[in-house]
Amino acid sequence: MKTIAGLLREHPFFRDLNAADIELIGGCGANTVYPVGEHLARENAPADHFFLIRSGRVAVETYLPERGPLCLQTLHDGDIFGWSWLFPPYLWTFDARALDEVHAIRLDGKCLREKCERDPRLGFQLMKRFARIMTERLQAARIQLLDIYGQRPPLLDDAP
Amino acid sequence: MIPRCLRIEERREETPDTFTLKFSREPGPAADFAPGQFNMLYAFGAGEVAISVSGSAAADSLVHTIRSHGLVTRALKRLRAGDYLGVRGPFGRGWPLQKARGKTLLVIAGGLGLAPLRPVVYSLLEGKLRPASMQLFYGARRPQEMLYRSELDGWSRSFDLVTTVDHAAGDWSGRVGVITEPLKSAPLQSDQTVAFVCGPEIMMRFCIQVLLGRGLAPADIYLSMERNMKCAVGLCGHCQWGPNFVCKDGPVFCYADIQHWFGIRAL
Repeated sequence: MKTIAGLLREHPFFRDLNAADIELIGGCGANTVYPVGEHLARENAPADHFFLIRSGRVAVETYLPERGPLCLQTLHDGDIFGWSWLFPPYLWTFDARALDEVHAIRLDGKCLREKCERDPRLGFQLMKRFARIMTERLQAARIQLLDIYGQRPPLLDDAP
Repeated sequence: MIPRCLRIEERREETPDTFTLKFSREPGPAADFAPGQFNMLYAFGAGEVAISVSGSAAADSLVHTIRSHGLVTRALKRLRAGDYLGVRGPFGRGWPLQKARGKTLLVIAGGLGLAPLRPVVYSLLEGKLRPASMQLFYGARRPQEMLYRSELDGWSRSFDLVTTVDHAAGDWSGRVGVITEPLKSAPLQSDQTVAFVCGPEIMMRFCIQVLLGRGLAPADIYLSMERNMKCAVGLCGHCQWGPNFVCKDGPVFCYADIQHWFGIRAL
């Protein structure tokens, strides 16, 4: 059976991180399984963890009054979810719900924060990785806002 | 240059503003087309519009999928089975299918951009296109705006198909998110991969950024451009784009050949 450190080593988020750091981070992790429909996170609930998705799909959602949950994005094998544990007030901003059976490594945010405070080099390594993910998600959100498939003025055709 | 008068055999609604017309091909060399080429469709009394062929190159019929958003396409939308329209073509340069032979082929389509790429899919299914493997990435605004939904399931049994939508309600069980995300994690060996990209220009720009970031060479990326094509034979100049005429030199271009022009704003 693989250890948490072994599983972390296989995950793209921790690619090229040195073995000692992975062992240290592994001490904050647990292997978890979420059945279909179960929430990994709930908006405004304490954000004590973040998740490395090993397999399965997770919907990042928000609840709209009179409309129900709205899916903003789906996450898949190899993705990570959650950075609310990094910054006060440590509360989830969105819901995260398992669309399939989700196998994930759940990392304890408080445990990680303490280790990063004690070891700023490790903290910087982790921050760089989170910054990259955040940048990619921001870019994706901007592209979504552009509505790139939306109706545009005619080009090939005569104007109405 | 004289339109042939063809009878519509079948008309099908794809989405509320997009429809597909199928009409018989006349026998002869002028009826053959390469995937990626287009025809000029003439709605009598309204005008002509350039529309890519979206059916199989091996079929006896010509198929075009059209979005209604202007005078001519609205006139085409009013046509029904049994009506006639004028057809000139095929025109332009299509997808370089031979470049994909023995390689991983990434077919990346956004919105209506799946229509000019569907003949590529048919070529694969008919055994004429022989890549080592093929992955089709198809992004749309909403599930209801996806083209050819009845065919997608069948396609996914023949090759890797990744569909994603920007927005979805609760009954959609697929991916939600921009098309660039699954591209970032697609399994590929950059020097053994060719990409065919078609969709809104801004979508193609972002996809090309990701492909270049994954190590693909500009010479291995092909895209279909859209400009105001009128004569379709490179005479009128309406579709001039830098030194190129999109109707004659394209609509499919190798990115290595046009990257300079692709980067110039408002060109």
